Order: sequence, then C-alpha cells, then structure tokens
Amino acid sequence: MSATANPSVSIQDLTLNFGIVPVLQSLDLDIAEGEFIVLLGPSGCGKSTLLNCIAGLLDISDGRIFIKGKNVTWEEPKDRGIGMVFQSYALYPQMSVEKNLSFGLKVAGTPKAEIDKRIARAAEILQIEQLLQRKPAALSGGQRQRVAIGRALVRDVDVFLFDEPLSNLDAKLRSELRVEIKRLHQRLANTMIYVTHDQIEAMTLADRIAVMRGGVIQQLDEPQAIYNRPVNRFVAGFIGSPGMNFIEGGLEESGGDWRFGSGDLKVPLSTYVFDQQPVAGPAVFGMRPEHIGLNSGSGWPFSAKVTVDVVEPMGSDTLVWVRLGAQSLSVRVPSERAPKTGSQVEIGFDPMRASLFGEDGNRL
Amino acid sequence: MATPQTLEQFQQKCAAVLRPGLRKNKELERFRVSVKNGNALAADGPRGPKPRHAFSKRNIFIYGTLFVVAVYYLLPLYVMVVTSLKGMPEIRLGNIFSPPMEITFEPWVKAWATACTGLNCDGLSRGFWNSVRITVPSVILSIAIASVNGYALANWRFKGSELFFTILIVGAFIPYQVMLYPIVIILREIGLYGSLSGLVVVHSIFGMPILTLLFRNYFASLPEELFKAARVDGAGFWSIYLRIMVPMSVPIFVVAVILQITGIWNDFLFGVVYTRPDTYPMTVQLNNIVNSVQGVKEYNVNMAATLLTGLVPLIVYFISGKLFVRGIAAGAVKG
Repeated sequence: MSATANPSVSIQDLTLNFGIVPVLQSLDLDIAEGEFIVLLGPSGCGKSTLLNCIAGLLDISDGRIFIKGKNVTWEEPKDRGIGMVFQSYALYPQMSVEKNLSFGLKVAGTPKAEIDKRIARAAEILQIEQLLQRKPAALSGGQRQRVAIGRALVRDVDVFLFDEPLSNLDAKLRSELRVEIKRLHQRLANTMIYVTHDQIEAMTLADRIAVMRGGVIQQLDEPQAIYNRPVNRFVAGFIGSPGMNFIEGGLEESGGDWRFGSGDLKVPLSTYVFDQQPVAGPAVFGMRPEHIGLNSGSGWPFSAKVTVDVVEPMGSDTLVWVRLGAQSLSVRVPSERAPKTGSQVEIGFDPMRASLFGEDGNRL
Repeated sequence: MATPQTLEQFQQKCAAVLRPGLRKNKELERFRVSVKNGNALAADGPRGPKPRHAFSKRNIFIYGTLFVVAVYYLLPLYVMVVTSLKGMPEIRLGNIFSPPMEITFEPWVKAWATACTGLNCDGLSRGFWNSVRITVPSVILSIAIASVNGYALANWRFKGSELFFTILIVGAFIPYQVMLYPIVIILREIGLYGSLSGLVVVHSIFGMPILTLLFRNYFASLPEELFKAARVDGAGFWSIYLRIMVPMSVPIFVVAVILQITGIWNDFLFGVVYTRPDTYPMTVQLNNIVNSVQGVKEYNVNMAATLLTGLVPLIVYFISGKLFVRGIAAGAVKG
C-alpha cells in the first residue's frame, strides 16, 4: 500500500528541537486513509515525540501537519480528530470506568443520550460492559488498557494514536491484546498510528512500518519488504530476532562475476540482485539465520563444512551457532533436526536472500 | 546412585536429575523425602524463619533512645498541665512535678474569659476569635493560589516559568525582618494597615514560596500522561486542574493545610506588627498576659493560657494526621 493522493495524515517537513537539540529533522510522512502505520525504533529515536507532535501535545519548531486534509499545525489536541492511548494507560484514578470514558464527551458538551450510546458501543466492542462502574485501581492491566482504548473510541475520532500501549503488560496479555487491536482495526477501519519498540508488534500489526533512528525515518515500507530487503545495516540489524548475521569483508570482481570475500571465505554473488552498480571495496554481508540451510543436501550456490559451537533450543526451533572461518554464524533449524554441540555439519545458503551493505551502511 | 552423603554427591545427584529433564521429577521428590527422613545432609541445619530476640542489643538501644527523647519532650508538657490545674497556694509550695492535691479549673476559665491584657479584661477569647478570623481565610487563600501556581509551573511550562519559579524560591530565603517596614508602608497606602484583612494578605504572600514549591513538586510527580490524556480529551487549564489534578492531590492539600494552620496560628511577629490591640491574634495576647508585670505572677493562669493557645495546632495535627495517612494510601494506587 502506498500513500494515496488524499492522505488521512500528512506530515510535511516536520522539525522539532528541544532547545538546541534537534529531535526530528524535516520529516515527511503520508499516511493513507484506514492505514495501520507502526513507528518502530530504539528508545530515543523520536518515535514517541513524533506521535506527540501529531497529537498536538508538543509544539513543533517547523513544518506542517494535516489530518483529513485540514491543516492542524496550530490546533489544540481536542480539535484534531485524534484519540490517544498511552503506555501507562493514563486513566483518571478517581473516576469510574464510565466516567473515564465520558469525560471527554462531557467536556465537549455532548448530550447525555449520545454519551450513553457511545459508551455502550465502545463497551460492547471492547467487552468491558461489566467493568463500567469500577475504579481503575480495581482493574487488571489488560482491562485498564482496554478502557484506555475505549476512551479514544467513544470520541469517534478519525485517527487513533497508540503510544507503546502494550509495553506495560506481560508477554501473554501482550500477544492477546495485539490480536484484539488488529481485530479492532479491521472492524473500525480507522487510520491508526502505533509507536512501539517491539518488532513483533510492528511486524504483526502494521500495513507499513516506519523504522526510525535519530529522528529520521530510515525505511518506510511493508513489513515483509523491511524484513527481506532492509535499506541499510541499521534496519537489517534492528529487525529480526534472532538478529541477522553480519560478515565484514569486501566486494571483489573476478572475470565479470562479483563475489564477497572475507579472509578465506569467498561467496559468489551471481544470484544477488544489486540495488546499485557494485564497485570493489569494503562491504558487509548480511544473512538471516532462517535463510541458512543445515545438512539439507546440495544445490546451494554456497555451502561449507563447519563445526557446531553452541546450540540454543528455543522451543519451536533451535538456534545453532557455527564457526565459518573466523566468523560466528547463527542458523535457525527445526528443533527435531538440531545437531549436537561439536559435531560437523554442512551449511549452505543462496546469496539471493542476503543483504549486502556498502561502507556507508546502505544496501548495495 | 545411593543416597548422597556429601555435598559433592548431592550436587552430582542434582545435576543427574535435572539434566535429562522433567521426566525424572519423581526421582528428585524421592530424594527430597530421604533428606527429610534424616540423612547426613539434612542433619540439623537451621530451618524456617530466623529467630529474633526481643532484648537484643539493638532493640535496647533503639527503644532506650526513643524513651529518653519522649520523656525529654513530654516532661515540660506534664509540668504545664499539672501547674494549670493547681491553685496559687499549692504552686507556692514549689513542688512543680507533684500532681495537684486539689484539681481546679479556675485558671483555665480565667485565662479564657477574664485575664487582663492592657486595657481589656476579657481573657484570651478575643484573641482566639481574631486568630480564627486570620487563620481560616489565610489558609484558604494561600493554598488556593499556591496550588494553581504549582500546577501551572509543573504542567504548563510557559515562557519564563523557570525564571518566575527561581524568583519565588529566592523570596523564601529573604529574612522576614527585612520586609517588615516596607510592608507596613504598602498596607498603609492601600488602607489595610491594622486590619485583619491586611494580616491575611501578608500571610498569604509569605506562604507562597514554600507552598508553591510543595505543589509544583507534587504535581510534577503525577504521571505526565494523565495530563496529556486530559488535554486530548479536550479539557482546558481549569478543567484539568479542578477535575483531574485536585481530586488526585488530597495528601498534598492536607500537608499544606497542616503547614499553614500551624504556621499562621503560631505566628507572632506579623501579628504584633500589623494589627492593633483589639485585633491582636491569640499569640500576641498570650504574650501580653504572661508578660504583664502588675501584681503576682499567676503561673497557673499563664500555663492554662499557653495550653489553650497551643491546643488548635495540636488538634489539627491529630485529626489531619490520620487523614494524611489515609490520603497517602489512597494516592498510592497506580494511575
């Protein structure tokens, strides 16, 4: 899905400085109607700051923000047609769930009948009907987050903003609520912008992911594209768990064919699709652990005999660490086919699935 | 493997049991039972909670110190109460620690209703009501202003808010004496000198730095996301303050009330400078009763008057102390 001509949220040339520290630098982002965008990045990359700017909770230094075609750059948060869900839930502790949900509507002077109707609908969607009279203190973490989502829901907004909504929950609840958020998006078909540092959430929820670092969007693309064809070494290393294997070395040409060399290791690159015209020089070769085959017969453009160093069983599959020359590589295999530590195995892979990065870290 | 007798054997056994996985849980259980049944490893090591001795060195030191300090503070109070219940002939006997032989409440009545201060002979009652009329509005006014100040400084960082705050805090360090005379002139110019309202204004102003600091720090400690959520919900400055912040801040309001009531009630300096004899607060009147030089020193009346004056902060402290604890407990719930 690419940005349409009539985006739901459009950010143009957004710049934000805290004092003299630039946090966001002339950032552009177009989000289509009904799209689920995930802003992903390590802490301090500016993703939450960007979300706060869209919400209007931070005054920006430069640029413009459009929501539904309306320039909201100077608008108050309540006038932007956004609802926001926070990491710490941010429920008003002294109010019951119902009062929490109705607070925004009461402030806006919505008629009582309309308020009741909207609360009933939100409670039904989120299955919190039986909790309406409780205080937030009497709710579990998952219930609190549901109420927090409900607070955005009753306001009937165009755009939902999620600021790491699942980070305070335990792993099991997190995966449950993840599915619910996805279901909610399918049902409401609203535009949603979701900030997280959890790549699983990003991969599972997003229509498109914006990977951020240092206030700059590194790559904005569909999850599979980001996973398979990361544009630079940062994105390649940040996405994927266990992480991508990197081998430092150089690009060489021999008789019209390009190959990657690192010490004694030579990998032919005849199947690799270059993004740009290759030139000989230092490069980094990246390969995901699941794209390396183990004892799976011949037919690989590259294969080698190696010794198993460490075996890490992870339940569904097993991570096998092997030594290839001077490099340590991880290989992901089904648990029932995991080799023993110290045994000799053969690994192989197709460089077509690799990612090559130049000296500047960008994809070659 | 036989039942282990040494630590090494035990460790080997454990490793042997644990490595092959959960399948051998039963074996581990059997081993545990055999340990229970008195084999070498289990012999007579400590088990269960570590015993604590009531008369340890540490306890004696702690409770001894607490006792001495408590006596040190309570003894003068005891002497005051006892003396205030004695008649003058009994006081002249000189046994200040002995309990009254004949309990009389006359000194209390006299202190409250008929003791003379200067020209007036209606006791402390006049000063009491003056103090009430000074303290109540001052406490309300100063806390109302300071809490809004603190809220604005913590949540609405306006341009120059840091500078404003710094100036306010510096104000807290300027000695009161320096400002006495300028304030006299200001009050005279605006026509409030000598009136109770004038003193209320002075108390409200002087409570500002410390109270603002108190409220600012408390509001800053509340989760910022709550404030953001309220803004997204469309609440404005006052709406957020009254409907979100104040209901969450009961503990700090109680602390501020305690601080202000005790401070303003016990104030002497401002009371004596900015009021006239008929509007003197209780503390100033007490001083005049105790320090009056005509006739005999009526120690029992003096003691009773002092206790009466000190009663209000004491009662406030006891009542709100409980509220204070409850407030903290209620506020301890994660938002």
